[in-house]
Amino acid sequence: MDGLAHQIVAGIATGGIYASVALAIVMIYQATHHVNFAQGEMATLSTFIAWSMVQAGMPYWVAFFATIAVSFAIGVVVERILIRPVANAPVLTMVGVFIGLLLIIGNATGWIFGYTTKVFPSPFASEKPLFGGLVSAHELGSTAVTLTVLTLVWAFFRFTKLGLAMRAAAYNPRSARLVGIRVGWMLALGWGLAAAIGAVAGMMVAPVVFLDPTMMLGILLYAFAGALMGGIDNPAGAVLGGFTVGVLENLAGAYVVGTELKLTVALAIIIGVLLVRPSGLFGRVVFSRV
Amino acid sequence: MPGLLEVSGLKAGYGPTHVLHGLDFRVDEGGVTALLGANGAGKTTTLRAICGMVRTEGEIAFRGEALNGRATEDIVRRGIAHVPDGRGTFMELTVEENFRLGAYVRNDREVLSDFDRMCEWFPRLRQRWRQQAGTLSGGEQQMLAIARALLLRPKLLLLDEPSFGLAPLIVQEIFGIMRRVRAESGVGILLVEQNANLALELADLAYLLETGTIVMSGIAAEIRQDEAIRRSYLGY
Repeated sequence: MDGLAHQIVAGIATGGIYASVALAIVMIYQATHHVNFAQGEMATLSTFIAWSMVQAGMPYWVAFFATIAVSFAIGVVVERILIRPVANAPVLTMVGVFIGLLLIIGNATGWIFGYTTKVFPSPFASEKPLFGGLVSAHELGSTAVTLTVLTLVWAFFRFTKLGLAMRAAAYNPRSARLVGIRVGWMLALGWGLAAAIGAVAGMMVAPVVFLDPTMMLGILLYAFAGALMGGIDNPAGAVLGGFTVGVLENLAGAYVVGTELKLTVALAIIIGVLLVRPSGLFGRVVFSRV
Repeated sequence: MPGLLEVSGLKAGYGPTHVLHGLDFRVDEGGVTALLGANGAGKTTTLRAICGMVRTEGEIAFRGEALNGRATEDIVRRGIAHVPDGRGTFMELTVEENFRLGAYVRNDREVLSDFDRMCEWFPRLRQRWRQQAGTLSGGEQQMLAIARALLLRPKLLLLDEPSFGLAPLIVQEIFGIMRRVRAESGVGILLVEQNANLALELADLAYLLETGTIVMSGIAAEIRQDEAIRRSYLGY
């Protein structure tokens, strides 16, 4: 019984990571109607940036916030330089750009920082299990961090003028222009925000899975499964989906398929959702008359 | 005295096709100009041209300043609010959020009192305050679209067929409110309308558009009186 409880709690901890990345994917999807395949590689690059800052002797939390700022800037620059020129291009062009982005960032990360696996520090360092072995300090800490990030993002979109403008620009760019919103910049801000959220996820997961250029590959898959499960156009659904996938993956790994086949769970969820309920649990069904 | 909006030789179109073939018209400060005409005459395109949503040639001067080639959001920030065809409300957002977006570019302290004023002009919107705009009736959505546009505190309001698809009673209600808006806010209005009778009642100046050309123009009240014009052009 203790084992089951521990698996669920650990699942929630990794689920928080998936939920963050899923949210980043959904944010970009809402604005562009495309999935940013490079979301994971961008987060990996951010984590490497944090790693080099810590290596250079920066205190962890300073490096943490500096990395968020740098990642935000990278996101904005990527949108301005790479995505904006193809904003009205056909789907295949967009897919090509996203795959190119994935390859370029992934390989640049390996080229700059090397392919050897690195240990990434956790700010919640104590190895001592808490609550009688139920949860580790890092699991508890990273869950708290991801929940804080998710709450902040929600509050930003719900309560601030800028958040409202970003939602308006994503829902209806033409009308947004007619109330004076600079839609192009809102999209760039969205990319910055998504990159920043991804950076936090990367820094929280790196102590667990260790840092190397392909670190986020599996995580992106789980996050994508979570986003699809909750509904790719529903941020709250994607977050819930991310947590659900985290718990399911952990339980399946422990009791059903074993750790070697855990990634298959993500693929099974993706295929299952697409077959049974393509719009996800909370997604909007879009009808179009022909 | 120069008009609020002075347009001369306006050509516009989509791709290589021209829809407008050189229009001249004006809207006076605080006045109402009606653009009349059948479907496909180019009324909607004219409004889009003013807002920088289509490619244009010719001159569009707003308070003496050329608007051609500017981005839509910059034109809006100069004080032109547009209620486009399809209304341009944010269906996924609440009435309140649509209001907040209407006042997005304003930083003055009177935004909240303007919210109250809009709710006084459009009492139905106050009842729907926290409701999603997409769940409103057609008439309520049109009211929301006009309120949203007025919250910009524009100098010029572009209205694209406010009567479109609405029951006659609702249309009467909206035009009643428009008369009040006109009297109390001093905003200049460029009104595009198929319902010529209603439009001429509200307008000072009127222009009749046929396939991208102005075929007749004049004082709205005089056009209303002129039976020959009414029969041959306006069909009532």
